[in-house]
Amino acid sequence: MAEATFRIWRTEPGGEGGFQEYRTAVSDGMVVLDAVHRIQAEQAPDLAVRWNCKAGKCGSCSAEINGRPRLMCMTRLNQVNLNEPVTVEPMRTFPSIKDLVTDVSWNFRVKKGITKIKPRKPDFADGTFRMAQRDVDRVQEFRKCIECFLCQDVCHVLRDHNKHEEFIGPRFLVYAAQLEMNPIDTADRIPELKADKGIGYCNITKCCTKVCPEHIHITDNAIIPLKERVVSRYYDPVTRLLRLFK
Amino acid sequence: MQVIPVRVEPRGFGQTSRRDAWWAVPLGVFLGLSAFIVYATWAAFQGEHYTYGPYLSPFYAPELFGDSPHAWFGPKPAWWPALAPFSPALLILPFPGLFRFTCYYYRGAYYKAFWADPPSCAVGEPRKGYWGENSFPLILQNVHRYFMWIAVLFLLLLAYDAWKAMWFADPVTGAETFGIGVGTIVLVVNVVLLGSYTLGCHVMRHVVGGTFDEVSKHPVCERAYACSTALNYKHQAFAWASLFSVAFSDIYVRLCSMGIWTDLRIL
Ligand code: SF4
Ligand code: SF4
Ligand code: FES
Ligand code: FES
Repeated sequence: MAEATFRIWRTEPGGEGGFQEYRTAVSDGMVVLDAVHRIQAEQAPDLAVRWNCKAGKCGSCSAEINGRPRLMCMTRLNQVNLNEPVTVEPMRTFPSIKDLVTDVSWNFRVKKGITKIKPRKPDFADGTFRMAQRDVDRVQEFRKCIECFLCQDVCHVLRDHNKHEEFIGPRFLVYAAQLEMNPIDTADRIPELKADKGIGYCNITKCCTKVCPEHIHITDNAIIPLKERVVSRYYDPVTRLLRLFK
Repeated sequence: MQVIPVRVEPRGFGQTSRRDAWWAVPLGVFLGLSAFIVYATWAAFQGEHYTYGPYLSPFYAPELFGDSPHAWFGPKPAWWPALAPFSPALLILPFPGLFRFTCYYYRGAYYKAFWADPPSCAVGEPRKGYWGENSFPLILQNVHRYFMWIAVLFLLLLAYDAWKAMWFADPVTGAETFGIGVGTIVLVVNVVLLGSYTLGCHVMRHVVGGTFDEVSKHPVCERAYACSTALNYKHQAFAWASLFSVAFSDIYVRLCSMGIWTDLRIL
């Protein structure tokens, strides 16, 4: 059986960390998560790794493989060069609790801060609504999100500039778009998106879109349309004037 | 047991664990845009060889003032300061230029390629401070919608120029007859590519239907939204294709006018 070297990030209990190399047997069809599990089983029983479904649907196994934010369970070994050591690191935007496991609780707090859905009056007496499928499709794309937070990890506003207090990140701009563009929603999130959610920090460099395992068009379908709504509300004198007369 | 989470600090400028050629795309964007800017500036200052027969270079269209028969209001105006360089292109080129400068696609591309913010995805940045488009100066990028309307106007004018590029004057009688030359095709393709770029603009997509959460209730908007969305998915490709075609149209007219290339008549 062929062997490959993995350089895996280990967080020491004191708060420091560093890479450690492991050589392990690899075979056809294996994914990076399999290799990490084998290393855990045979060489490093204290190696911490979070996972759940092994099918790219739970969003638990996010990491950086050879520097690229990816799901470990969806990265097959034939997609990486095994002739040199494969680096596996935790997501850098979030603090590492131990080894590959990061503390992503900031995301859950951010989510709570976004205005909830406020449905209009039901269309019928039995409390139901009628919506056109094509209108629903638009927000359905955003509902594919598995909350892997890979987009949050790669976004340079969070990753390099630490704007966690001022910017909610691509995942929650997708979430805000999902609520804001919902056909039956009546709440207004444009003021908060401009203010404390910090949509203006996004400079549309599309790194989030590139890493999304669900292939959500984060920048084109969620962020830019929301930015345009913010522009219409706050920066465009003509639309502001028109609203005055309405 | 208390756990102390550690933040694996982002690294310095250009540092990354990425093994692929992460610099290749930003470098390509840098070279491509730089080449265009250098050529467009040079061509705009020439002030000659921008027409050939019925063809007018898109860098010079519309020609408001100038010496060619395409000029709307006659030759260079008397009020133009004597010391300032004059060329019909200088009067109009800033508008399509700023349209592209404020385009969402180009913004994202040149923030990376020219400003390293970030140099590439998951690659360390040179600067600590960051305002993004949240405050001055980049908040001004939000004027993009106004430049889009100007670009739509230019598109109509260029379409008219492409139509005029189908009417060739007889050298003896001066009578105009319908015809198609290679230059006609170059100019028509240019208009089609520019149209695909402009109509797929994110602002267009927003204006024609994106503002509605139930666009299906507005049938005309719904169709327009679907068309704009389809073009929008290829916005990056059309951005480059139309940039290339504009420059090539100018080169084509210029070289024909200089006698270096011969314009073949097909019809
Ligand atoms: S497009 Fe915006 S949200 Fe996405 S990674 Fe870039 S800056 Fe972050
Ligand atoms: S938007 Fe995509 S990358 Fe971001 S959390 Fe959701 S699934 Fe993951
Ligand atoms: S283990 Fe569920 S997404 Fe990888
Ligand atoms: S977004 Fe590219 S032209 Fe408007």
